[in-house]
Amino acid sequence: MPVKQYIEAIHDGLHDELARDNRVFILGEDVGVRGGVFRVTTGLYEEFGEDRVLDTPLAESAIAGVAIGAAMAGMIPVAEIQFADFIMPAVNQIISEAAKIRYRSNNDWSCPIVIRAPYGGGVHGALYHSQSVEALFTHVPGLKIVTPATPYDAKGMLRAAIRDPDPVLFFEHKKLYRLLKEEVPDGEYTVPLGKAAVRREGEDLTVISYGYALHLALEAAAAVQNEGISVHVLDLRSLRPLDEEAILEATRKTGKVLIVHEDNKVAGVGAEVSALIAEYALFDLDAPIRRLAGPEVPAMPFSPPLEKAYMLTADKVAEAIRELARF
Amino acid sequence: MADIKLPQLGESVTEGTLGKWLKNVGDPVAKYEPLVEITTDKVNAEVPSDFEGVLQEILVQEGETVKVGTVICRVLEDSVPASVAPVASVVAASPAAATAANVPSANVSLTGGRFSPAVLRLADEHQVDLKHVVGTGEGGRITRKDVLAFVESGSVQATASAAAGVQQSMTNPDNVESRSSRSMQPSGSAEPEMRVPATTGTSSRAADAGAVSTDDMTVIEPTAIRKTIARRMVESKHNAPHAWTMVEADVSQLVAFRTAAKKDFKRKEGLDLTFMPFFIKAVVEGLKQYPMLNSSWVNDQILMKHRINISIAVATDDALTVPVIHDADRLSIAGLAHATNELAARARAGRLTMADMQGGTFTVNNTGAFGSILSQPIINSPQAAILSFESIVKRPVVVNDAIAIRSMINLSLSLDHRVLDGWVAGQFLRAVKQRLESFGSDTVLY
Repeated sequence: MPVKQYIEAIHDGLHDELARDNRVFILGEDVGVRGGVFRVTTGLYEEFGEDRVLDTPLAESAIAGVAIGAAMAGMIPVAEIQFADFIMPAVNQIISEAAKIRYRSNNDWSCPIVIRAPYGGGVHGALYHSQSVEALFTHVPGLKIVTPATPYDAKGMLRAAIRDPDPVLFFEHKKLYRLLKEEVPDGEYTVPLGKAAVRREGEDLTVISYGYALHLALEAAAAVQNEGISVHVLDLRSLRPLDEEAILEATRKTGKVLIVHEDNKVAGVGAEVSALIAEYALFDLDAPIRRLAGPEVPAMPFSPPLEKAYMLTADKVAEAIRELARF
Repeated sequence: MADIKLPQLGESVTEGTLGKWLKNVGDPVAKYEPLVEITTDKVNAEVPSDFEGVLQEILVQEGETVKVGTVICRVLEDSVPASVAPVASVVAASPAAATAANVPSANVSLTGGRFSPAVLRLADEHQVDLKHVVGTGEGGRITRKDVLAFVESGSVQATASAAAGVQQSMTNPDNVESRSSRSMQPSGSAEPEMRVPATTGTSSRAADAGAVSTDDMTVIEPTAIRKTIARRMVESKHNAPHAWTMVEADVSQLVAFRTAAKKDFKRKEGLDLTFMPFFIKAVVEGLKQYPMLNSSWVNDQILMKHRINISIAVATDDALTVPVIHDADRLSIAGLAHATNELAARARAGRLTMADMQGGTFTVNNTGAFGSILSQPIINSPQAAILSFESIVKRPVVVNDAIAIRSMINLSLSLDHRVLDGWVAGQFLRAVKQRLESFGSDTVLY
């Protein structure tokens, strides 16, 4: 089976869907001739032509708006927002239109769009190229939010997202693009949305995470293994809908939960996960639910030492794991 | 085997009375887990174990009073890795143990009968008596895994059969007390046919159950703090010849002033403006004029105190405490309001510290709070006097040969006649009365 990077897996997923269904098309800034600033769409313009891979003006509200309109006319658009930070001008289109079309039209219309956006920090991107925006959208009914953490999931979930009849925000942590490789099948497969995955079995405590932070959690879990701490790790994969069953099951496994994400803590995804556990698994809890998350500062700093301080590391996660294990 | 000694619970405390034993002989004990309740003149506390192991021997029974440093029980330590604690170092560590006892540590609250939801549920499901589970979590907390390990180890069977025994015994009402986990006696010694179990004050079984009923009465074994109150009241009445006197004061102006000021005060200070700070202020100024009231009769000598530390009586549901406002003469009325409020809150929450209880030189008692108009307070020995402020009541009184409706209050003073005579006490009372009557619209709160 071919071994691929995350970024290649996404490229392949786009390629396969473009080839499979001619209603599928890509639009975004520099996705065509340039092949995307991260090179995700390399070669697609050449292969499928300018009608299927559209370069758009620098106007995210237009990217989202055009995608929504096309979707209602029967197309299956895959829009790319160059950096998740730039999604803000499109928020009105996404939240007030895309998310509500099915509801507002009494099921007569739907909006099968996918919006891909690279998010997250740690790449010296500073204020405008590092934000984690997933929690903002996770609050909105009518949207699906996914954050695959592995190449296999990236391809499988992208294909599932494109085939999903409703709007899906597909967030790719840009630090994952070339972080690791794994076997990604060439053939037809999808990974269902709304399903979490157990990434490591353990007995002492459960870490719930997603995206890049998941890999820090796995690294930390491996590190504390020698100290006799056995860590169970759950990858949320989808933030909306959350896989409630998997979260509660992972909680019951150990009774101690640490939620880890790069996005800041207040009203973040961890808040929802922790509330869910408190509501439905109180009597399985052996310790207060802990959250390890980014600090409450307005943006990723540009200064390298400050960026380093902002970002989670495997060491920080390991320390939080030790603390909770001791309790 | 490690000795657990009665720790030093405060600078002037030399002895303590043991309350309930929280562990039985044979119980496993985690480090810092509370072993026994203890009562001194000043505070209640728990003695934590300095060692992890099994409670081997109880040397001092509930209700007995012993000197600080007395060995109260022995704990057989768990076999520990040689590197951790040779016995010699344990003995050397006992001063540190006393320190640990001084601080009612957060650890104690973690282990003191508080369990996580998961632990409680598992204990219930598997019929585990958590007393028998040794905690390995932070501060000796019993974790979910501890319970699971306990279940797995098979220890649960023994507990479960004990539980069955309890259910059986519950069918026999006379035997109910024997199921209490805190009974100090081996359960075999429970007398099945005993009709009136608490015939003496030291029956631990009665203390456990709290109350034992017969057909026509209920015998209640007093708590340790109740016993302390009883002993101190008898001592005071016995040692200090109480004389009693009362004056009345017209506090109409004070009442009007408080009514006018209280809304603003509440907004600014966040607490209700009661009469208590005014009472204390009047007393403090009276004590400054007549310092003999601020003294003690000790060993045939009169000790006149320079500092004015006002003890205030705070009643809770089951006990009476008298925490102290130190240097009350340096506080404004607003300051006294805060001090009173804080002490009362701490007393009701059971969070008074040794420092809060020490050094009182005169006691103010607000009996009006429960509607009393006349009381004969017992002196808070070794102080020389205690003053009760009774209810403020509107009464017809004669003012300038006419009948007027005024807000009146009775001030009831009990005094130690060894130290004071009626004359000086009367002077003091008159000063307090005049000061009370002088509060009015021009009174400064700050």
